[in-house]
Amino acid sequence: MSTSLEDDSQGMSYLDTVRSRWVTVYIPLGIFVFVLLFPFYWMVITSVKPNKELLSRDGNPFWVIQPTLDHFHKLLFKTAYPEWLWNTVFISVIATVVSLVCAVLAAYAIERLRFKGSRQVGLGIFLAYLVPPSILFIPLATIVFKLGLFDTRWALILTYPTFLIPFCTWLLMGYFRSIPFELEECALIDGATRFEILWKIILPLSVPGLISAGIFAFTLSWNEFIYALTFISSSEVKTVPVGVVTELVEGDVYHWGSLMAGALLGSLPVAVLYSFFVEHYVSGMTGAVKE
Amino acid sequence: MLQKLQNSRNGLGLVFMAPATILLVLFLTYPLGLGVWLGFTDTKIGRGGEFIGLENYEFLWEDSVTRLALFNTLFYTFIASVLKFFLGLWLAVLLNEKMPYKTFFRSVILLPYIVPTALSALAFWWLYDAQFSIISWILIKMGWIDHYIDFLGDPWNARFSVLAANVWRGVPFVAITLLAGLQTISPSLYEAAAIDGATAWQRFKHITLPLLTPMIAVVMTFSVLFTFTDFQLIYVITRGGPLNATHLMATLSFQRAISGGALGEGAAIAIAMVPFLLAAILFSYFGLQRRAWQQGGSDK
Repeated sequence: MSTSLEDDSQGMSYLDTVRSRWVTVYIPLGIFVFVLLFPFYWMVITSVKPNKELLSRDGNPFWVIQPTLDHFHKLLFKTAYPEWLWNTVFISVIATVVSLVCAVLAAYAIERLRFKGSRQVGLGIFLAYLVPPSILFIPLATIVFKLGLFDTRWALILTYPTFLIPFCTWLLMGYFRSIPFELEECALIDGATRFEILWKIILPLSVPGLISAGIFAFTLSWNEFIYALTFISSSEVKTVPVGVVTELVEGDVYHWGSLMAGALLGSLPVAVLYSFFVEHYVSGMTGAVKE
Repeated sequence: MLQKLQNSRNGLGLVFMAPATILLVLFLTYPLGLGVWLGFTDTKIGRGGEFIGLENYEFLWEDSVTRLALFNTLFYTFIASVLKFFLGLWLAVLLNEKMPYKTFFRSVILLPYIVPTALSALAFWWLYDAQFSIISWILIKMGWIDHYIDFLGDPWNARFSVLAANVWRGVPFVAITLLAGLQTISPSLYEAAAIDGATAWQRFKHITLPLLTPMIAVVMTFSVLFTFTDFQLIYVITRGGPLNATHLMATLSFQRAISGGALGEGAAIAIAMVPFLLAAILFSYFGLQRRAWQQGGSDK
């Protein structure tokens, strides 16, 4: 409470002095940004450092004297990394498309068809969103095994929608809710079927929502770890996060250069995608939480 | 006519719901039930199990490693959530200030949240390296310590190291979602309070916090939920070591079930997390209730 006694400055932020703005805003924010971004800087600098510099304690570790692409070269030509990348892209794209199709239909049915019990189904979807993969992976592993999908890409393509569909449905329900009913009624009077309405009216109007859901679903699949670790054992079917963690860590001597290069390359696609769609991404994240 | 439309609504609803329902029932509801069942059996990898009642749970209750994992999980979740909340709220308030390059800051802040956790965890593993840690290097150069810190070799050091990595990853999510909540608060409220002579702290306490409470309840529920069931960070950085000091329920269930082959026992550990998760969800539910009456609506 002592703060309230000491702080007798009045007025809004634009009345603050420049010096107090530095102390209360810019410096703390600078520290936050530094701490949040430093691991990425460290990833980049490590991935271009030759081993000799990596393993010496002399000199300035924050900089690199002779940058090298050896680690990337090793990664791309001497490991299965390109295959992992391809697997991750393949699995993420298909899982995202499957989930989006399911989610669009489900969200439209819950929000607009208002069938009997749609409220309960909506609640069920929300609850499904709250079930964490860490309590599902063991029984799922036995199911995947029984279905003969163990160690295939389909094991992941079919299980990822379990966390993607609830998320996307929830997000799209919010978007569909904002579209006026009148548009649909007009189309119904003109004789359009529900499918036509969904395809020609609802979907074009909810493109931002679809982009948010798609980007988010893609990122979630790209980053998924526990299912990919459990259901996949052959190197050529692994995804990037699992491949880097399980195959690039060999013995007691860690090849930090190539490990960081692998981490960097695996992070770049989502980071680039994110940079193009920041606004969609943020609205997707906050939208799903807000409802 | 109306009757027919109603019929087709239910029929169409069924058709539209079918793809999502089939996938979710087959790969979410069914495994959830199967997990509960597995917890009551002695199933091993490659061998079907028999019903053994509560034996798994009785064994786990006596098992010192499981007890340690439960303690670690509660400790990890509690400390990490508290830190994420305060740091996240602080960061959200900072980002809500008027300043140049605001959108840029807001975008880069979220990077730890969007890159694959397993991969950023590798970076932390490297930052915590016993021989080449840059953190130790800086502290030595500054003269604060005289030898390299054994971040991951000592139980408490390891606990706080993974905790820091978890907070690092979680703060952006809390901050950006709370920021979205902050932006919905009308500036005129602050102006009115300022005219009435309220200090910055009073404005925060009596305007920002109450209006943000519903959002905080939801965000923190998600945060608690995902911290409690965290797996990747621990698996990558310490694999539960040293001496099981960083094992969480999720990593322990993976070790017992997948690495050790005792599916039944692992499933029992995973199912033991459910009561805690339910508590978190109920917490969120009551948070949302509060939102209804705060906005002048009635409680459902």
